[in-house]
Amino acid sequence: MPAISRDEVARVAALARISLAEDELDRLAGQLDSIVEAVRTVSEAAGGDVPATSHPIALVNVYRPDTAHPSLTLEEALQSAPCREADQFKVPQILQDEP
Amino acid sequence: MSRLTRLSAAEMARLLASREISSVELTQAHLDRIEAVDGAVHAFLRTLPEVALAEAQAADAARSAGQDLPELAGVPIAVKDVLATKDLTTTCGSKILENWVPAYDATVVRKLRQARLPVLGKTNMDEFAMGSSTEHSAYGPTRNPWDLGRIPGGSGGGSAAAVAAFEAPLALGSDTGGSIRQPAAVTGTVGVKPTYGAVSRYGLVAMASSLDQVGPVARNVLDTALLHAVIGGHDPKDQTSLKEPVAPVVEAARLGLAGDVKGLRVGIVQELGGRGYQQGVTDRFEEALELLRGLGATVREVSCPSFRYALPAYYLIMPSEASSNLARFDSVRYGLRVEPAHGPVTVESVMGATREAGFGPEVKRRIILGTYALSAGYYDAYYGSAQKVRTLIQRDFEKAWQDVDVLVSPTSPTTAFKLGAKLEDPLAMYLADVATIPANLAGIPGISLPCGLAGDGLPVGFQILAPVRADAFLYQIGGALEAALEEAWGGALLDRAPALPASRPDGQPAKGSPELGDGACLDRPATPVASTRSAGVVQPPSEGVGE
Repeated sequence: MPAISRDEVARVAALARISLAEDELDRLAGQLDSIVEAVRTVSEAAGGDVPATSHPIALVNVYRPDTAHPSLTLEEALQSAPCREADQFKVPQILQDEP
Repeated sequence: MSRLTRLSAAEMARLLASREISSVELTQAHLDRIEAVDGAVHAFLRTLPEVALAEAQAADAARSAGQDLPELAGVPIAVKDVLATKDLTTTCGSKILENWVPAYDATVVRKLRQARLPVLGKTNMDEFAMGSSTEHSAYGPTRNPWDLGRIPGGSGGGSAAAVAAFEAPLALGSDTGGSIRQPAAVTGTVGVKPTYGAVSRYGLVAMASSLDQVGPVARNVLDTALLHAVIGGHDPKDQTSLKEPVAPVVEAARLGLAGDVKGLRVGIVQELGGRGYQQGVTDRFEEALELLRGLGATVREVSCPSFRYALPAYYLIMPSEASSNLARFDSVRYGLRVEPAHGPVTVESVMGATREAGFGPEVKRRIILGTYALSAGYYDAYYGSAQKVRTLIQRDFEKAWQDVDVLVSPTSPTTAFKLGAKLEDPLAMYLADVATIPANLAGIPGISLPCGLAGDGLPVGFQILAPVRADAFLYQIGGALEAALEEAWGGALLDRAPALPASRPDGQPAKGSPELGDGACLDRPATPVASTRSAGVVQPPSEGVGE
């Protein structure tokens, strides 16, 4: 049984918001299966008592003083928008009809 | 080729300071060199002749006015296209950012401008820095100046090839798993991944936030240190930036070049060598170790048993963080927007169509792999275990530092492979970074410098790793080794690179393909009813840098 099936790839691609053509799905499923097979060895290395490291150098959250700094102007923030209306980003329909 | 482009950056700086040459003259010489050879090498996605010459003119004017200028003022530089440049397109080698014009400079780019280094252009890279060969660029591969049929390494193949081909004396790169050091190794140049947080990442488009690091690329150790000193130091705009001032890297390089490494303890990482390493790579590496012994360093073997899990852990942590970071490419605020060919046009279907059209195969692979590793039911087995392996690797390093000052290995198991050789086999490609990845997982600094040519006539890289914040060690030992090697060779390794065919560039390579459009403005009537939210994805902590 493959570590990751074609259906699983389709499900995860949908979660990642990437549409995939049928042939692309076939190719990716094979490649991802061999990659997952190779990386799953990590589970044999790490015992239960080993703490996880999320960050290479220990850091604590830093709050900066609550003072105003120069930031992007409205025009700068919107300059690369694929679509805008007045001073806002314009997006396609967000909510969809139930089937 | 103008003799000017053959000089080191330090020599260029000296001639500029004594006014024997002008920055305009020096910058023009490099623009001419790019014009002559970049059609064959394709190190640049975009050159900026007007911008660079204007900056050069300003540097010359400041010098004429008697201003006290930084050492590298007037020396031109190339910048990897993963770093934001105000008013100049920044593509990350991706179609999804084909027309993105940032409204701000990355902190390191701002520092270059303040130090008056003219920016020659933006260099080619694997899309979003994902790759080891620069073949995953959406704008075509860069070629290795030593052999145009071979890869220049990746993801920073453009920056490495630019300095190797004498198109620029200096360049900026970024290193998430080896993207500065491995290209340096296969092109016979020098590259440094500084300590995590030692160089600002504000304006670096993020791939994996707990691994990414900006660093210097050059042709020799001293030039690399000079650039490191310009870009290093604390940045309040980067929450992961270290508070300390930049390490004394230039002084360390000069100390090393004078041959001073007596008493330094060097450890060979047993797990990063032997089986799987090309014979010519092993031979040159061992000869370099002999030279270090001759200079008075003590050399011993060190075992880091958890390193065998570094590559698998990396290929879980990196895609997981990338899948989260690249979620920002959603066709709303910037970048490409593509309408689906069939079905309803909603923000979700547009996002799916945009990301299908805008991302290349390697980026899709990694986003999907990362989303899988983070998804419900697999998180503990994959991402959770990988984070534990990260702890084990850090412990191996900590143990090693009790006995040695630095660790060494070949930078990459092989010399440059042929274009196309590993494109269809992702796992084989990933192995090119097996020796560079442990440093990123532990946040420690690393350098690659050339240590000779293998039997195939191609460069071999020598990697030195040091403890966190001990970046200066890299330059001291690197400088000493470089001086000893060049004395043995009777000159720099790059002097032996074959001459490049002079040609005209084949137009502006970063110009877009029409079918992807410039972000179509979708304007259909909305019919709002039900929510289409989906659940099940756990996101890793995001540092919020890169934007």
